[in-house]
Amino acid sequence: MKTRKSEPLFHIVKRKDMPFGKQVMVRAIAIVAALIVCSVITIITTKMNPLAIFSAVIQGAFGSTRKMWITFQDTSILLIIALALTPAFKMKFWNIGGEGQVLIGGLGAAACMILIGDKVPDPVLILIMLVAAVGLGALWGAIPAIFKAVWNTNETLCTLMMNYIAIQIVAFFTILWEVPKGSGKIGIINQNTNAGWLLQVGNKYLLTILIAILITVGMFVYLKYTKHGYEVSVVGESEMTARYAGIHSGAVIIRTMIISGGLCGLAGFLLVGSIHHTITTTLAGGEGFTAVMVSWLAHFNPIAMIGASLLIVFLSNGAAQISQNCGLNQSFGDIITGIIIFFIIGCEFFIRYRVVFRAKKGAIPAPVTGEAVFGGGPGDESAVKEIKEEEGNDND
Amino acid sequence: MIDLIAFIPRAIGQSVPLLYGCTGEIITEKSGNLNLGIPGVMYVGAISGVIGAFAYEQATKGGNFIPALGIAIPLLCSLVGSLLMGLLYCFLTVTLRANQNVTGLAMTTFGVGFGNFFGGSLIKLSGSDVPTISLSKTSNCFSASLPFADNLGWFGKIFLSYGFLAYIAFILAIYAGFALKKTRIGLHLRAVGENPGTADAAGIDVSRYKYFATCIGCMVAGLGGLYYVMDYASGIWSNDAFGDRGWLAIALVIFCIWKPGIGILASILFGGLYIIYLYIPAGIDHMELKELYKMIPYVVTMIVLVITSMRNKRDNQPPASLGIPYFREER
Repeated sequence: MKTRKSEPLFHIVKRKDMPFGKQVMVRAIAIVAALIVCSVITIITTKMNPLAIFSAVIQGAFGSTRKMWITFQDTSILLIIALALTPAFKMKFWNIGGEGQVLIGGLGAAACMILIGDKVPDPVLILIMLVAAVGLGALWGAIPAIFKAVWNTNETLCTLMMNYIAIQIVAFFTILWEVPKGSGKIGIINQNTNAGWLLQVGNKYLLTILIAILITVGMFVYLKYTKHGYEVSVVGESEMTARYAGIHSGAVIIRTMIISGGLCGLAGFLLVGSIHHTITTTLAGGEGFTAVMVSWLAHFNPIAMIGASLLIVFLSNGAAQISQNCGLNQSFGDIITGIIIFFIIGCEFFIRYRVVFRAKKGAIPAPVTGEAVFGGGPGDESAVKEIKEEEGNDND
Repeated sequence: MIDLIAFIPRAIGQSVPLLYGCTGEIITEKSGNLNLGIPGVMYVGAISGVIGAFAYEQATKGGNFIPALGIAIPLLCSLVGSLLMGLLYCFLTVTLRANQNVTGLAMTTFGVGFGNFFGGSLIKLSGSDVPTISLSKTSNCFSASLPFADNLGWFGKIFLSYGFLAYIAFILAIYAGFALKKTRIGLHLRAVGENPGTADAAGIDVSRYKYFATCIGCMVAGLGGLYYVMDYASGIWSNDAFGDRGWLAIALVIFCIWKPGIGILASILFGGLYIIYLYIPAGIDHMELKELYKMIPYVVTMIVLVITSMRNKRDNQPPASLGIPYFREER
């Protein structure tokens, strides 16, 4: 066995709660650092000057009234999905099946538009679409939840597999309903009659945004002030505690996943009914995964999620503009998103822990040699000094 | 009836990336790290190899393409690329104790984006005048099989018709199984994954084991990406072609209950399921059924997950500390 010759250079201590202002500062520093890294990478790959990059990002996200609305609309969809996943994560149920739940919800809505679009009046149709989308989304969430509750099946992989099953089902119906035959896509549904298209409130973007705000407030209240929200927290903290408290954790898991999947289905409903008016296998476009990170970055706080999703949408729309300007591949946005998230994940460490360095002076050696030189124990002067210096570091 | 002599080699070809991913993830998970970034790592492994090969092929346009270098350069690039991803994951989850699921998902987003970005923009970035990334020379080196394999009929086709990376995959899986079970390092690694506190008390450097296992696991997984693009796809990179194999590889880990040896059989089975839709007759006017057949591997994975969890034997459990960061002062 090796024995250490000297005290390690630093060690890590858990922090008590960091003041809120300081937390915000740490995160802001992390985001700025991430942006610097991102722009360095952008400069290397595109050879643009930093100012041009900055203006291109602003241009891409807020360049025109339309782009601004689209940024807010994309933020809203991402926010809805993140909110949908949040109760599940709070319960430590890793639902990474948002993608599939959105897609299957969208399919439900699209199927109603195609099959009964001309048979029932519009308000009834929209109601049926909503029920179908939310119901299918909820079903897609409930299946892995039931497996988890009954047999403790790994939910991460189950929800993931459900994504691919949803994709293949959509691919199946895409070929079944393709217009025109052989084109491999469905195209805009009910282009002439607009049956099943959602009402426009003000302009065609606002409805999604309003619904997102409503769900944000609703989820905040649900998690913080209701009995359900409390049960979710308890199950998330410890299943044993939940059992002692008389909470049936299996039932909570299934119920929460029905809500989670249902809300994802609602996002699919909005995507099909209000935004795209069509369905493709890439309807969710990876948002199901991005939403996981949004929810986590915001520490499951619905209000903070607004900021987190806006940041990510802003940057990826901006990155899309850069790659368009330079004729590069649009996956550039994913790289930028990844880097930002790495930095924010990393900075959490400095919020939760602090690093205590070894006292600097050579006069304070490691315990073994310390005894040899000073003949002193823990009560030795140098040791006291060391402790004092450590305390000094607290205020850093 | 399915033509088995045509089917089996293709199924095995499909299984190799899965096997690399599965072996890599087993090594990683044995250290208690649940790396959901494997799909991203495999993309990075593939594209790093492509970048290396592309640079070398462009540099040797005039002639003198040396096969040994043609293999060594992409291989090295691929290993370095996936090693960097592994280091990133370790730095965030081991040193900074970040949440493993979120870090892994971020790595997948980043890695897939990285692969598609360079795959889509490499030609423009390097300013060369070729229409597509087609690395036929490099691919020929990677997919070269034994010269006498063609003369051996069905035996040659089923057992000897693959490039060297396929055999390495199987050897690595067998060796990993042996090393985990029989060597001291394997024992230490399993101790770290089961109970890092006890391992630490026994004098095992927990962080070092986690770093090494995860980085080696990532490098192994990255080779799966390299094999796919250089051998299976004949050196042609197309975006998103690698698809969801990384995720299937992670699912395979549970399927083969953390034993690389079983992983070999499982990956061949899944390789077959992955392409079985090509062999099920659907009829010309019912092409949509093919899309339903493509669902088979995922449905089977679900069923397998449920069955393994129903049986719930003590031997078949994941490493006890899987997914939990280790903090010595919190014991």
